[in-house]
Amino acid sequence: MHSDIVISQSDGRPMYLQIMEQVKQRVAVGEWAAGDQIPSIRQLAIALRVSVITIKRAYLELEREGVILTQQGRGSIIAPNPGLSPQLYHEELSERLEEVARLGDLLGLSSEEIGRRTKEAANRLIEARPTKEIV
Amino acid sequence: MNDLSVHFDGVGKRYPHFSLENIHLELPTGSIMGFIGANGAGKSTTIRILMGLVHQDEGSVRVLGHSMPAEQAAAKLDIGFVSEDMRLYGQATLAWHMDFLRPIYPRWDQSYAEELARRFDLKLQQKIKGLSHGQRVKAALLLALARSPRLLVLDEPTTGLDPVARVEVLDELMAVLADEDRTILFSSHNTLDVEQISDQITFIDRGRIIDSDDKEAFLDRWRRLRLVLPPDGVVPRLPGVVEVGGSSRLPVLTTNRYEPVMVSVCNDLGATVQAVDSMTLEEIFVANVHSRRERLTA
Repeated sequence: MHSDIVISQSDGRPMYLQIMEQVKQRVAVGEWAAGDQIPSIRQLAIALRVSVITIKRAYLELEREGVILTQQGRGSIIAPNPGLSPQLYHEELSERLEEVARLGDLLGLSSEEIGRRTKEAANRLIEARPTKEIV
Repeated sequence: MNDLSVHFDGVGKRYPHFSLENIHLELPTGSIMGFIGANGAGKSTTIRILMGLVHQDEGSVRVLGHSMPAEQAAAKLDIGFVSEDMRLYGQATLAWHMDFLRPIYPRWDQSYAEELARRFDLKLQQKIKGLSHGQRVKAALLLALARSPRLLVLDEPTTGLDPVARVEVLDELMAVLADEDRTILFSSHNTLDVEQISDQITFIDRGRIIDSDDKEAFLDRWRRLRLVLPPDGVVPRLPGVVEVGGSSRLPVLTTNRYEPVMVSVCNDLGATVQAVDSMTLEEIFVANVHSRRERLTA
């Protein structure tokens, strides 16, 4: 299976997290289905030009989260029930919202003000969204 | 058969103005080690000892199961070595060099050599003296790779390369690792390259190894904590802190033994943790060298 995962050097997050996120997205949008074979650790390392140990870490964490299954000597597959229902994304959203609340509090903002700023950000995103082109 | 391709144990070498002391290195077969140090830190001396080009005063060096320097002839058949100061014959062509090396190395792979020449955009009939710096590095790498060495030792392979050539070289290094029995050690002061492709990272400074670990562990245990202290608050004492910067109310702590529980510990001690920053390998290296040098001069 060809991987078109893209790693960003200027993304502040560790590379293994970027890889995990993109694997999960692929599963969430249905490009990688339950039972699909995914690239081996070495194959992906070579394709992404990223060290083997980083991919190993990403796969281990993905396995722990139940997204993939690794069988000794047979590589990794997407788990039968990868549990990537929106639930995981909701969990992440909650985490980030808490971070927003914490930062807002640090700046001495009221909860109304934090709410207003969050809404503005959501509105900006909708305005910036390009109208879909037909390919 | 042991699964270490390189094993240094208590290796030392003294020169009048520089000494390597008590070097321990373990490089597992099938992995890439990035060897990072400032100029003059001892990277090249260590690599020369590994190659048997310089003889250590003390300690043992085993490379691919061979004891160095005694068994260097046997070891070298399986080591591909590329260094900055390696000379190719200026008057000869790349094809001439390939013909010269082919009978010496039983595992020479001619079709791979030609494939690499294509990928590196090198012309076989061009004389070495007409090549740019980047082309020379790629030519030397081609000659090392085509021997299918079990251990590839590269001294500053990406120094002075343009971005396109750097990516080409890193690509080929990763491709080598498709074979799990092959191992790479490369030195660099470009931490970005090392951070990207290395499994193991070793820092060397002033002739001593100051830290060596697998890359993920390295990146995991170094963090910068930005704190907010109450008036008259004291900076909490945390494990592994190598540096305290920032101001008195807004201290910034750098630790090499980060655990997530530190955040709640700080909060319990009255200090608010504003942010926990992960660090790039470059920042880790610089912090590591500074704290080490300060301790030495203190």
